Amino acid sequence: MIEVQQITKRYGHHTAIDRVSFSVAKGEVLAFLGPNGAGKTTTMRILTCFMPATEGKAMVAGFDCADQPLEVKRRIGYLPETPPVYLELTVTEYLQFVGRLRGLSGKILTSSMQREIERLGLGTVQHRLIGNLSRGYRQRVGLAQALLHDPQVLILDEPTVGLDPKQIIEIRELIKNLAGSHSVILSTHILPEATAVCQRVVIISGGRIVAEDTPEQLSARLRQSEKISLTLKSPAPDTDRLLKSVQGVQNVFTSGAPGTFLLECELGRDAREEVARLAVTSGWGLLELKAISMTLEDVFLQLTRTEEGLAQGAVAATAEPAGQPA
Amino acid sequence: MTPVQALIAKELRSYFVSPVVYVVGSVFLLIVGLLAYLYVVFAGAQAIQLMQMQGSAQINLNDLVFRNLFSSIRFILLIILPILTMRLFAEERKLRTFEFLLTSPIGINEIVAGKFMSVFLVFLGLLGLTGFLPLVLALFSDFDWYPVLTGYLGLILLGALFLSVGVLASALTENQIVAAFVSFGLLLVLWLLAGVGSLLGDTAIGQAISYLSFMEHYDHLVRGLVDTKDLVYFVSGLALMLFLSHRVVDSTRWK
Repeated sequence: MIEVQQITKRYGHHTAIDRVSFSVAKGEVLAFLGPNGAGKTTTMRILTCFMPATEGKAMVAGFDCADQPLEVKRRIGYLPETPPVYLELTVTEYLQFVGRLRGLSGKILTSSMQREIERLGLGTVQHRLIGNLSRGYRQRVGLAQALLHDPQVLILDEPTVGLDPKQIIEIRELIKNLAGSHSVILSTHILPEATAVCQRVVIISGGRIVAEDTPEQLSARLRQSEKISLTLKSPAPDTDRLLKSVQGVQNVFTSGAPGTFLLECELGRDAREEVARLAVTSGWGLLELKAISMTLEDVFLQLTRTEEGLAQGAVAATAEPAGQPA
Repeated sequence: MTPVQALIAKELRSYFVSPVVYVVGSVFLLIVGLLAYLYVVFAGAQAIQLMQMQGSAQINLNDLVFRNLFSSIRFILLIILPILTMRLFAEERKLRTFEFLLTSPIGINEIVAGKFMSVFLVFLGLLGLTGFLPLVLALFSDFDWYPVLTGYLGLILLGALFLSVGVLASALTENQIVAAFVSFGLLLVLWLLAGVGSLLGDTAIGQAISYLSFMEHYDHLVRGLVDTKDLVYFVSGLALMLFLSHRVVDSTRWK
């Protein structure tokens, strides 16, 4: 549905995105994850034909963004960073204008408006001026606008910004429901959001794609060792040495609060049982023992910090030992 | 409803829910009405003088009222039309709806045309309201309608040109005040070119510079002269300004 090949965008000497390629299948939800200024918005602006790429090719629904922008625009619903609403119009007037701009009319327009007003819970505010609505409502009006003509492709730039937690959950549900019938790209810097709604995550940093995979795969790829966090009440001076002698344990770190240890173990080997036994028999006073799995947040931080190594496929080769007690 | 019609309808709606049109419209009508009153009173005073001196008076309303009035309206338009056009693109850019508009399935030429048409319609409405002046005068006096109608044609063409300059200025910036002053400045330059032209006298350069100013073209129409040369001036000026606006809007996408 969306095919991006080697697109580069330069502003003068500044390269905003550098040879970015990815694709989105029909019905797939893809998250665009990256710190601020990574090039998420630029990529989306190219896909929506707002600006042309300096190099490379972007295709949406089989149409080239550079050659047939109108065809692309008809098939895209786009929610920019700031909801594009006219403050002097009411919600219904605004949606009516948007629908007509996209060639809807008559009964189809009315029923589409009704559908979106219901879907986004705008019923109570539909006759109020958008200028008098709160940020959360404006965001929802913006989403209604993007969905109004039931586009094949949805491009959402940080769709849950400005919403309260309940609304965030509702919008995520909405996006999940759209998957299957719509292709969705959403950008976010909120990591749980990517895990919650997306089948695939593209991590972009400094204008380049540093990783692309499912959320689960990404954390798995980065985890080059199992980690165990251990807290003891009264460790002995030789605790380090003894812990290291446990089979499977490769490294022991003691940084952090006294009595906390971080054990690095061989992949696929759970040393927790052994460690627990050792701690109990040695009388160190076992307080806590748990395996640390890497959250997407860690993945994200590591990837964006060590993009050079990752770009060449050496996933997490430079990942540093997380010395803090988890 | 085509996308352009939808855009025009929306722009008109935006104009009439904001106080700007009402304020600008009232000021415009007030000043025009006041000026018309003064010119008529002045003409009346002249008539009385003539009566006393010659026993009879035949005054020419076309010369004494309408020509003066049309000359004055030109200056009022120069000041108020930039206020009407300043929001067209500047506001979209400020409120970030510009991106929405440019990612909607509507061409940039259609956007520029729609924006221009909406403000042009507002202007025609305002101008239409001044129509009661000649109608009321016609009840009490005789005058030649032809130069009045060509004067209105001149006003429509002049207004369209002013508005297109305003559209261009609005496309250049996201600050409405800057947009208003840029168009005001450009129009003033176009005005003063007439002075520069007459300073240079009857040389080729002088004539070319005078031609660039709207002054003599408008004057011809006010005097009842409909010359293709003048019509070409207004239409080509309008087309050029709208074309430049198109280029400016298009170029903002590249930045």
